[in-house]
Amino acid sequence: MSTENSCRDASWRAELRGAMNAKERAAIPRVKMPELDAAYRVTTCSEEVNQGISEEQAVLEATRCMDCPDPQCVSGCPVHIDIPGFIKNIQRGDFSAAAATLRLSSALPAVCGRVCPQEKQCESRCIYHKMKKEPVAIGYLERFAADTDRLSGKTAATKAEPNGIKVAVAGSGPAGLSFAGDMAQRGFEVTVFEALHEIGGVLKYGIPEFRLPNEIVDSEIETLKALGVTFVKDCIIGKTIPCEELAGMGFKGLFVASGAGLPRFMGIPGENLIGIMSSNEYLTRVNLMGAGRNDSDTPVCHGKTAAIIGGGNTAMDSVRTARRMGAERAMVIYRRSEEEMPARIEEVRHAKEEGVEFLTLHNPVEYLGDERGHVRAMRVQRMELGEPDESGRRAPVAIEGAIEEIPVDMVVVSVGVSPNPLIPDSVAGLNVSRRGTIEVNESTMESSVAGLYAGGDIVRGGATVILAMGDGKRAAAAMAESLLSRLTTA
Amino acid sequence: MFKIVAKEHFSENVVKLVVEAPLIARSRKPGHFVIVRATEGGERIPLTIADSDPYKGTITLVVQQVGVSTRKICALEAGDSLEDVAGPLGKATHIENAGTVVCCGGGVGVAPLLPIIKAMKQAGNRVVTVLAARTKNLVILEKEVAPWSDEVIIMTDDGSYGTKGLVTEGVESVINREKVNLVVTIGPAVMMKFVALLTRKYNVPTMCSLNTIMVDGTGMCGACRVTVDGKTRFVCIDGPEFDAHKVDFEEMIMRLKAYN
Repeated sequence: MSTENSCRDASWRAELRGAMNAKERAAIPRVKMPELDAAYRVTTCSEEVNQGISEEQAVLEATRCMDCPDPQCVSGCPVHIDIPGFIKNIQRGDFSAAAATLRLSSALPAVCGRVCPQEKQCESRCIYHKMKKEPVAIGYLERFAADTDRLSGKTAATKAEPNGIKVAVAGSGPAGLSFAGDMAQRGFEVTVFEALHEIGGVLKYGIPEFRLPNEIVDSEIETLKALGVTFVKDCIIGKTIPCEELAGMGFKGLFVASGAGLPRFMGIPGENLIGIMSSNEYLTRVNLMGAGRNDSDTPVCHGKTAAIIGGGNTAMDSVRTARRMGAERAMVIYRRSEEEMPARIEEVRHAKEEGVEFLTLHNPVEYLGDERGHVRAMRVQRMELGEPDESGRRAPVAIEGAIEEIPVDMVVVSVGVSPNPLIPDSVAGLNVSRRGTIEVNESTMESSVAGLYAGGDIVRGGATVILAMGDGKRAAAAMAESLLSRLTTA
Repeated sequence: MFKIVAKEHFSENVVKLVVEAPLIARSRKPGHFVIVRATEGGERIPLTIADSDPYKGTITLVVQQVGVSTRKICALEAGDSLEDVAGPLGKATHIENAGTVVCCGGGVGVAPLLPIIKAMKQAGNRVVTVLAARTKNLVILEKEVAPWSDEVIIMTDDGSYGTKGLVTEGVESVINREKVNLVVTIGPAVMMKFVALLTRKYNVPTMCSLNTIMVDGTGMCGACRVTVDGKTRFVCIDGPEFDAHKVDFEEMIMRLKAYN
């Protein structure tokens, strides 16, 4: 296994290209992801819906890839994975070389293969679109390579020669893990501080196990530990350890990846009734705290009629969790139409298969409670689409008088998050935007405070796993260069 | 794991735990709280820090058994450990020399009041402490608050100790006899509500410290939201202390029953 001879000019790749013409490749239908049956999967929170493709399916799907001379998929990937390189390694059966190619650009390929919006990124640029055909299933192949490699147990992490420089990371989500992995591979002594009692951040508390099993996240964390990364839980940088004390503890740099931990509410009447909560609260209770399981003390609202407000991936995660937790009627309430919905197409399709109702062009305006203060109904305003707004999407406009009342006993508000203020509030001289995000130099991810870098949702406000990871990589490259150059000039 | 180094029973249902948590002991200030998870699989619950010893690296928690999690915590003995203790969280109490400060606490609320009493005294205030409980053996921390208080008034519902009556009667007696510049109240939500109603009548600024349902305690979940001055605020990051005259206690009392 080697990634050096994986370049496009390598003789084996030229041979694979010559073995079949474009027409023959294009005649192969795109692989279908095997899925758990919808009727069964609504009974389980922990079993993954997508079962993963087989070796035969993967090799055949990899054969579909044309190995373009100027692969557009790579430019569609926020971390510029060498996509044809890993795919062609799958085609020739060298799965560990495929995984190694992925790891050159991505710290968490098994995670990204599952949760990336490929249809908006790499797969959206695939040459097959020009041929009016379905793109190569890059996401499925990424997942296949990462899973196969993990299960083979052959990839031993090779520890880099330590350079003796200590760096700290605040937050163990995708940005923090990606940064930690890159720095450890460069020989830095990395300590990741996590506020919660579990490592993994949003990958653990947010994304449900039916989409991303915890064992996948844990295995990535084990890999980082093998690289020498230290994890400290229950430790809130800015609170347990004030940022300015890190220097005294020997840390030469800090990467802040504390996430978008402040849920937004709509500020409408009745929103504080019992049974109404943020998606962060609902998902954390179920995913992180295990509410509903016999071995957990954490309670959660078990609504029979659940409304989830919002149209993003978190809304889909929440509504599908509600179905699994016993909601007989589970609704997505979204103020625009399905076309404008930011959620991944696959998540919307899965939700529909699981019996979720979509009330698009509806917007809640008030919640009504019973005598115990528990939500019993919501008043929703019917909307229509008007002119495009600043987001470029057609703006929802209320249809006057079109208000209806829908009985509900649980509501999950999933209308976005703001950056967590704990660290921005605790560092003097840190430039913070009006939205509360940490302002950084986009190429180095360094903030206005020297040595303090930041990335992920604390900088972006609310984005994807892959963008957060990309930030971690860029910050690692810049911080490493800065610290190492100081070492040589000292 | 966070080791319990000492345990003391204040009453049948209230225990004091001294817990090893050196980083928190060093950085905490009056008003701060911690999130505690007693065991694997346990709930995350907020507990206000009653005291700390930065040299020994310990914090003091006072816990009243009210539900599954507090029962588990109270059942632990010295030598046992708490699975997780995270903090210090929340905004620290704003301490200033206001003049005369009445600090009134009910039940287990006296524990988080203790560091505020100390800090208020050290800031040069005249401090009158009012401790309230149902009956004599539920009065806690009297000995500890005494050195930092110019006067300690004890109120019991049944008159078994101190003066018979409610906490509000104790506070009102002070307001009636001297100029009070600030009232600080910590205790059951219903008690704070009535203290706020009383002091509003006399126009005395009043600060309360709220203990709501929380999960993460860092602003992430919003379970702790309360309405203050008509706006939704998060107790974990905007509080736990608020202007008692502006808190919607009715809503807070209702939300505390979410899982009852």
